[in-house]
Amino acid sequence: PVPSVSSPPRAPLPPVCPCRMPAQLQHPGYPAGRLQAAEEAVPCREAQAAALLALFGEPEHYSYPSLFLYGHRATGKSHVTLTLLRELQLPHAAVSCVECFSAGLLFEQVLGSLFGHEAVSQSLARYSSFSDFVRVFQQLSARSSLPRHTRYIVLDRAELLRDMDANLLPGFLRLQELVEDNVTVILLSEIVWEKFRPGTGCFEPLVLHFPDYSKAELQLILSQDPSPAYSPELYGTYINILLGVFFTVCRDLRELRHLAALNFPKFCEPLEKGEGNGSVSLSLSKGNPPHLVHSLSFSVTLRVSSASCLSLSGHLSVSSPGLSAHAHVELPCHSKFLLIAAYLASYNPARTDRRFFLKHHGRIKKTNFLKKHEK
Amino acid sequence: MSKRKSKESTLTLGECISQAHKILRERCCHQKLPSKPFGVESQYEHLLELLRRTAVHGESNSVLIVGPRGAGKSMLLSCVLNELQKEKEVMENILLVHLNGLLQTDDRIALKEITRQLHLENVVGDKVFGSFAENLAFLLEALKKGDRSSSRPVLFTLDEFDLFAHHKNQTLLYNLFDISQSAQAPVAVVGLTCRLDVLELLEKRVKSRFSHRQIHLLSAFDFQKYLEIFQQQLSLPEDFPDGGFAEQWNESIKSLCDDRSVEDILQKHFHSSKDFRSLQRLLVLTLSRVTVSNPAVKPADLLEASRLCTMDSKANILHGLSVLELCLIIAMKHLSDIYDGEPYNFQMVHNEFKKFLQRKSHSIHNFEKPVVMKAFEHLHQLELIKAVDGPSVKTQKEYQLVRLMLDNGQIMEALQKYPQCPTDVKQWATSAFA
Repeated sequence: PVPSVSSPPRAPLPPVCPCRMPAQLQHPGYPAGRLQAAEEAVPCREAQAAALLALFGEPEHYSYPSLFLYGHRATGKSHVTLTLLRELQLPHAAVSCVECFSAGLLFEQVLGSLFGHEAVSQSLARYSSFSDFVRVFQQLSARSSLPRHTRYIVLDRAELLRDMDANLLPGFLRLQELVEDNVTVILLSEIVWEKFRPGTGCFEPLVLHFPDYSKAELQLILSQDPSPAYSPELYGTYINILLGVFFTVCRDLRELRHLAALNFPKFCEPLEKGEGNGSVSLSLSKGNPPHLVHSLSFSVTLRVSSASCLSLSGHLSVSSPGLSAHAHVELPCHSKFLLIAAYLASYNPARTDRRFFLKHHGRIKKTNFLKKHEK
Repeated sequence: MSKRKSKESTLTLGECISQAHKILRERCCHQKLPSKPFGVESQYEHLLELLRRTAVHGESNSVLIVGPRGAGKSMLLSCVLNELQKEKEVMENILLVHLNGLLQTDDRIALKEITRQLHLENVVGDKVFGSFAENLAFLLEALKKGDRSSSRPVLFTLDEFDLFAHHKNQTLLYNLFDISQSAQAPVAVVGLTCRLDVLELLEKRVKSRFSHRQIHLLSAFDFQKYLEIFQQQLSLPEDFPDGGFAEQWNESIKSLCDDRSVEDILQKHFHSSKDFRSLQRLLVLTLSRVTVSNPAVKPADLLEASRLCTMDSKANILHGLSVLELCLIIAMKHLSDIYDGEPYNFQMVHNEFKKFLQRKSHSIHNFEKPVVMKAFEHLHQLELIKAVDGPSVKTQKEYQLVRLMLDNGQIMEALQKYPQCPTDVKQWATSAFA
């Protein structure tokens, strides 16, 4: 069926998906309570969590040296991984490669979260190589009093590792062998593994895929968000309409969530005016046609990343709820010139800057091209 | 299975499974060494003899072990070293230095590491050396003045040997091979590499000092051997704490190997890749499905593991795209058909998309350009499209030339699997003028 805008919304799905099975996360190595807590935190990702847990095995068992998890943005890669590691209290270091853009920062962060930052600052020099990292890792690991449980290193946005030193990615992939310790490296990325393989190959990780959420799953997850003043049923209907509009363009859970939060007040406007009372959903879907949601439209919201926008609206919640990149700011005259100049400069080679933006930049040399066109 | 009758059993089923996991995981994940390497007996003997001569008689040697990834180069070397260290005479005589091309990325770091592994930090102290060679010579000299009157042989192992060839002037390699050539301290240099053309990387002066001894590991075994390795890897050892469980387990593995469907799966894997690592990945995935409620490996587990191993990752990514992004991909497919593989830019793709919308757009709205641009950029981010090198790199985003990194077959297959794909989009994909 085609997700059309004009058709009346279907009744929202029941809150619990029928395909969901009781307690998929089971492992003798961990207490059941913690497993259950972890499972509840990852709705619609139980299968992936279970697969991951099965690969982890018991805390003191070896796990495969490197895992590579890929899938679209906001499919729960880091959420599931980190939830498991946190809830089961496994020793781990979670590092984003965006944040730690250089090898030195990366090493410091990884060792710091595994062994404590004081110990690391003593033994790791400021500009350290991978060799130093491995040496310090071995030292600290031998010194630590903890039992030899598997340590996990989670590297988010791993595609950025490719742009760092060439030995970093292959090195991390076979870290277990290099440090001769029980350690597993988990790489998370949106990009498929084939694009990572360096020239002469490397230690191949175990590749796991995180599939995208289906429409029903998105509906289920989005409906769980609290809607303070209204009934969950109404919110469910709203989410259904929202998905009908946006699902063709955007499947990113984070962006959808932001869109939902942004447009909900608009959706409820007729209610505020006191028209509907009991059978809200029908009157809303008639009185508040989806094209209203549509008109609020993509160009405004979709271009701004949801995270940044949410944080912004958090700061400025007093002023306007629908803050966007299009907020009008009146700039001083010279700033406008600067802005235009910057825009032009961004598309011109650097050597022409002088010629375009300076008043007295010297004589223009007559090139053959110019001479020809003078005639 | 839950009512085991063996008498000596002292473990519950859960403990048995846990023990089995421990042993098999060590084998598959941690590369625990087998007692004897399989399939490479002659190479094993050769290397053992060579290194023993260094260790016992103080002969200098250099050798390269060449083989594809996952062929068992490190395993071979470690097995030989293990064997050597069992001999008392060798044990107290030889010194080992392990270097890895991934870790020691330049010669300064490598030298520091050598000093550390030879425990000579105190001897070196704050001395300043004029050259690399001087430094290395000093290190080896220092070994001579140990408690023994004669000097001790040093064994250098260089993992990822080809990476050392990229160091500046190949100083480390030159010096190591030079020492192994001339009658200085006895050293053995063992390099491990996956590059067959590694000798071409060496400078002339380095190449001439190398002994040109190479050991090739070209996993030349047949399917029967592969099946044997599979069974060997999964079987539990004799000294398993619970004899009854081990027996049952091994029995089930044996029957697993006889299963027709299992053989088919393994045959498929064997034909795509023979290396041990890819087999181990398959085994780890299989093993992770063994639990208390499923206490033996079943053909279905192996089938599922094999499915996970051989999944087409690009198809997976395509499955998660939005309809708009899929439309852009189809537009690009048509463009590359029309222009015969020439690159195109966003504007052209957008035009093509708009043409489709004008002809028939029952299900797709007319999106504003920024929205389409965003979808396009997302494809770029996923590296499904790639910018063409050349003068167009610096132009505005809309006019940058790109190429699609998918072929038509992949696109059509993805469309078949796509959930709730609008019919008109499907028709458009099959023909540009539908």
